[in-house]
Formats: sequence, C-alpha cells, structure tokens
Amino acid sequence: MSNIATLTRGIIKENPVFVLLLGLCPVLGVTSSAMNGLGMGIATMFVLTLSNVLISILKSQIPDNVRVPAFIVIIASFTTVVQFLMEAYTPELFTQLGVFIPLIVVNCIVLGRAEGFAMKNGVFKSFLDGIGMGLGFTLALTLLGGVREILGAGSIFDWKFIPGDGILIFILAPGAFIALGFLIAIINQLQRKKT
Amino acid sequence: MEYILIIIAAVFINNVILAQFLGVCPFLGVSNKMSTATGMGLAVLFVITLATIITFLVQTYILEPFGLGYLQTIAFILLIATLVQMIEIILKKASPPLYQSLGIFLPLMSTNCAILGVAILVIQNNLNLLQATTTAAGTGLGFLLAMVIFAGLREQMELQGTPKAMKGAPIAMITTGILALAFMGFAGLV
Amino acid sequence: MKKKPSTLKNMLLALTLIAGAAALSVGLVVAVTEEPIALARQARLEAAIRTVLPEFDHLEEPKTQEVAGGELVFYRAYYNDEYVGTAIATFSTTGFKGLIQLMVGLLPDGTIHNIDVIRHRETPGLGDRIELRFPWPRQFQGMHPNNVNLRVRQDGGDIDAITAATITARAYLEAVRLAFDNFTIEN
Repeated sequence: MSNIATLTRGIIKENPVFVLLLGLCPVLGVTSSAMNGLGMGIATMFVLTLSNVLISILKSQIPDNVRVPAFIVIIASFTTVVQFLMEAYTPELFTQLGVFIPLIVVNCIVLGRAEGFAMKNGVFKSFLDGIGMGLGFTLALTLLGGVREILGAGSIFDWKFIPGDGILIFILAPGAFIALGFLIAIINQLQRKKT
Repeated sequence: MEYILIIIAAVFINNVILAQFLGVCPFLGVSNKMSTATGMGLAVLFVITLATIITFLVQTYILEPFGLGYLQTIAFILLIATLVQMIEIILKKASPPLYQSLGIFLPLMSTNCAILGVAILVIQNNLNLLQATTTAAGTGLGFLLAMVIFAGLREQMELQGTPKAMKGAPIAMITTGILALAFMGFAGLV
Repeated sequence: MKKKPSTLKNMLLALTLIAGAAALSVGLVVAVTEEPIALARQARLEAAIRTVLPEFDHLEEPKTQEVAGGELVFYRAYYNDEYVGTAIATFSTTGFKGLIQLMVGLLPDGTIHNIDVIRHRETPGLGDRIELRFPWPRQFQGMHPNNVNLRVRQDGGDIDAITAATITARAYLEAVRLAFDNFTIEN
C-alpha cells in the first residue's frame, strides 16, 4: 500500500469511529462541545502515533509471549505523559475531559493499531498510520461535538449564533447516542451510494 | 441506608453505560443474544468489584505513601490485566462449568474502560473502601441491567423492518439513546 | 532483524527494560510539569478570588481551617489597607458526580459579593448551570445569608433549584452555607 493510502484511509474509508466503531466511550463521553471533541481527538492522536512508532521500533526485541503487557506499559506511559502535559498547559480542557484522559489507555483503537499495524510494518508507515487514524478519530469527535453543540446550545466552538437555550437533549447523554446513530447512518448511506 | 442509596444511584441514576458512557464497546459488541449479554454482564460485575478493591488498596497503601500517584494509570491497568489473567487460570482449574460460561468474556475485560474508569473515579471522589466497593458492585449491576434490557430489545429489533442505512450500529445507537432518555427519569429517585 | 524467541530470560529482560524506561520517562515528565501545574492551579485560584471580591490591592497570607470532610481556605483582601472582603475556598462532596469546589466572596458584613466555581464534574447541560456564565449563580450577588434561607425550595428554603439538577443546587448551597457559617465564627 502506498504511503498516501496509509495516511488517508483512517480518515474516511476506515474511519475508526464511523466505520470500525472502535473507541466509542470517549466519542460519546466528551463530545458535549466541538472544542472538547477536538481536544480529546488530539490527545488520542498523540498517544496513538507515539506508541505506534515506538512499538514498530521495538517489535523485533519484544518476545511474542509478553507482547500485550509490553504494549500496555508503553501505551499507559504515553497516556500518563499526555495527562500531565494537559494538566499543566491546558488545565481547563483537562478538567472538562476528566476521567477520559487516563482512559485513552484502554481505547481499543490504540491497542488495536499496535497489534494490527505497528507489529507488522516499518517505523515510517506506522507513524503515518498513527497520524491517519488519529486524524480520523479527531475528525469524528469534532464533527459529533459540533453537531451536538449546534443543536444543543446553538453555538460552535463557543461562538453563539442562535440565542436561547437550544435543544438541551443533545448536550445530555441520550443525545450523544442519538446524534452518533444518525451520523453513522448518514455515512453508511453515502458509502452505499458510492459503490 | 447510605449503601443502598449508592447502589440505586450507580444502577439507575448514573448508569455506567447510559449516563457515564463507560463500557460502550462490549455493550454494542456482545448484546446480540440474551445468553451472551447475561454472561458478559456477570463477568463484568465480578471483575469490576474485585478490581476496584485491589486497585483501591494499592493506591492507598503503596502509591500514595510512596508519592507515586503519577504511576496510577500504569499501575491500575497492569493490575487489572494481571487480575483478569489470574481469574481465568483459577476458574479453569476450580470451576470448569463457570469457566465455560464466563471464560470467553474474560480476555475482553482488560480493555473494558468501565473497569479502569470506576477504579479511577472512586479514588477521585475520595470514597472509603466500603463505599468504593459498593459503588463498583452497583456499577457492575447497572452494566448487567443495561446489557439485559438492550439484548431483549435487540432480539425484537431483528424482526423489524429497518431502513437499510439504519441497520446495525445506527439503530442500536438510537435505541440506546431512547433507553438513556428513559433512565433519566430515575434522576428524581434520590 | 530476527525476532527474539520467548525464552524466560528474554521475556523478563524485555519487560524489565520497558517498565524501567517507562517509569523513568514518566517520572521525568512529572518533574518537568510539576511547576506549570502548580502555577496553573494558582492562577485559577487567583482568577476566582478576583472574580468574587471587589477591587483589592493585596491579600493577607491565606488561613486554612479543618472542617468535616476537608478544609476551607480564607483569603482576606485589602484595598489601601482597608479590609474589603474575604474570599473563601469551600467545597461540597454531595454533588451529582461528587466533589464541587467553590470560591465564595463575602463583604466585611457577610453579604455575598459573588460566587465562582473552581472545579466540578456535574452533567454538562444541567448541573453545569452553577458556572458563572449562566444566570443561576448570579442571583446570590448582594444576598445576605442571614436574610435568605440558602436552601432549595424542596428543602424549605428560598432558592429555586436548577431545573433537573436539584442535587447539584443542593450541594452548591451546602458549600456556600459552610463558607458563611465558618466566616461568622472566624469574625
């Protein structure tokens, strides 16, 4: 596969959220606004890319039987690094995202790409894969956050353009499920038309 | 009384899936059949309670006294992964029938964010050991309840005519959303 | 490069090295971010104190007081050496999602000047209406806790709870009362 395909396929064709349905907990949990979605997406992309690169460097040094614990330690370390960097430099966002930051470590996308891609491919390809999948994840979170913020609060990235309260349910838990359901349906429909 | 309230709050009001969005992957992944949903729910209930007790003890007696709070995420996930492995080995030896019914779900536990999530949240909320254990058990029960209700709905849904684009994940999401809406009604209980 | 076989020696070596490197690098990041984190927390506190008090030019050394479940911090503020009010960092553990931390600004006679939220994890869309960008918490500006019963109506008080977030409102008011009661004892 060409490098460009490795980079771009995570964004739409194999989008981790809309197509592969992976890592849905943070997708639903933090997307009450577009900004939160974007922040969570970038944090996950950071962990995903770095752990992909490190694992593809170390892959021949790690014996098969201890593969998974080794991956978990690597991913958990990068997650902790992100956690502290965010608390130091983006404290507001850190408070908003709360428990979902440490939970990056159990995000199925990160471990899934480590096992499924970085173990079998070179460093540069793994880097591109991490960036691509991370972008796809960020895109999905920002899109869902944007939709929920527009419908639920009448604003986007905190810029309010509809006065009043908005449709509150979209900010609340049920709205997360319903909005994501419709977004996936729309993407299914677009994919079906193309083929 | 306090503990009954904690259980009610964790099962109905702050339901782990429908209000806190933890453990959504297994919720959508293994809720096709009632029997697998129940098995998964019971396995989560068991592991979440044990894992919370162990991580709580490690946090209070090892990490905090030695000023190693920053290793929390790494330590917890390793503890949970090890615990799951051990449960698997013990079950295999001690109770083959139980292993038959729960065993296949155990490997999924270490990447279930409900388990790590609750372990971290009880620490953040400054609970004591008994409160933490009750919260964990309540969360597990809430997971089981949501799983069973949803599996029942999904078995019915198979028989309905769903628009093509809505088949599968989208309609499951929207159903979950309506279920979450229903659960919001419980907020007045406490 | 050839893959390392899964011998016990290799497995132990690989895991030990990875865990050691992980602990080392995480420790390093923690050391580097320690100061910015402390500064960010300090900045948040100072911003909250400025929000809840009238203009002041210096703060007295903060005083802490142990109460059941935690501690309160009192910041006495002065303008041209005249005492203009006290900001009190207070809390409640009975929020819908646990801990809520507030900064309550009281004028010398005990009148509430303003109240800001330092930290909470309440439900976005419902419980987060305790934040100052919403109107609900602004109703307390200028109230004197001796003249108003700072409880929600359901509990026989004078305050309308936030719609669908009574638990949050109850915890918020509990924190405000805690601050005021200890302020009265203090003076």
